[in-house]
Amino acid sequence: MIKILYFARLKESLKFSSEDFQLTENIVTVADLMAHLSARGDAWGALFAGKTNTRAAINHALVENSAVIKAGDEVAFFPPVTGG
Amino acid sequence: MTVRVQTADFDAGFELNQLRLLRPDTGAVVSFIGQVRDLNEGDNVSSLTLEHYPEMTEKALQDIIAKAKSNWNIFDALIIHRVGTLKPTEQIVLVAVTSAHRGEAFKACEFMMDYLKTEAPFWKKEKGVFGERWIEAKTTDDDAKLRWTAGNN
Repeated sequence: MIKILYFARLKESLKFSSEDFQLTENIVTVADLMAHLSARGDAWGALFAGKTNTRAAINHALVENSAVIKAGDEVAFFPPVTGG
Repeated sequence: MTVRVQTADFDAGFELNQLRLLRPDTGAVVSFIGQVRDLNEGDNVSSLTLEHYPEMTEKALQDIIAKAKSNWNIFDALIIHRVGTLKPTEQIVLVAVTSAHRGEAFKACEFMMDYLKTEAPFWKKEKGVFGERWIEAKTTDDDAKLRWTAGNN
């Protein structure tokens, strides 16, 4: 099981701020997880199919989409940051 | 090395005094203050709301200070970033750095802002006559960060 968090525009579009998610054998990387989420359709498809610039963090550190996800991880998805 | 994320305003003069008095061998204090503008993309803005990722934010800001410290001979650094809803002319962020001489502090301060803009998990949403909209990340901010790794700093 992992925890997935959504922030900013993603949270609004998906109407989801977090969920517990059961990893399967075919979900190894962030890119795999994004492909799985995009298959939920509608807003999920638009945000996770690679057309939108969605960034990811694992356990509070920014990662590339090739990063490997392990059971117990906290994975967060969000748009490019705009602080400062 | 201090990092604070807060809804309350800050007193930059007080913070800079605290920082510069930490070490008597400090010869330079460089700071940056970001404030809310009343205009963006040609439209009047009435307020700005900052969302963040609480569990990640402080660590991301500490990492930025650590990077600056490994690149330049700085003594101390401070980052205060506000979250919540802010009005035009309100302060958003304070970044301050101390060192023996100005060169290191100037560079480290700009470096920290460039990294904060592209790596710290904050998102801005603005309100105005147009309604509400999320502010888009700028590629010029990515370019500003890349300068520091291109070997021309």
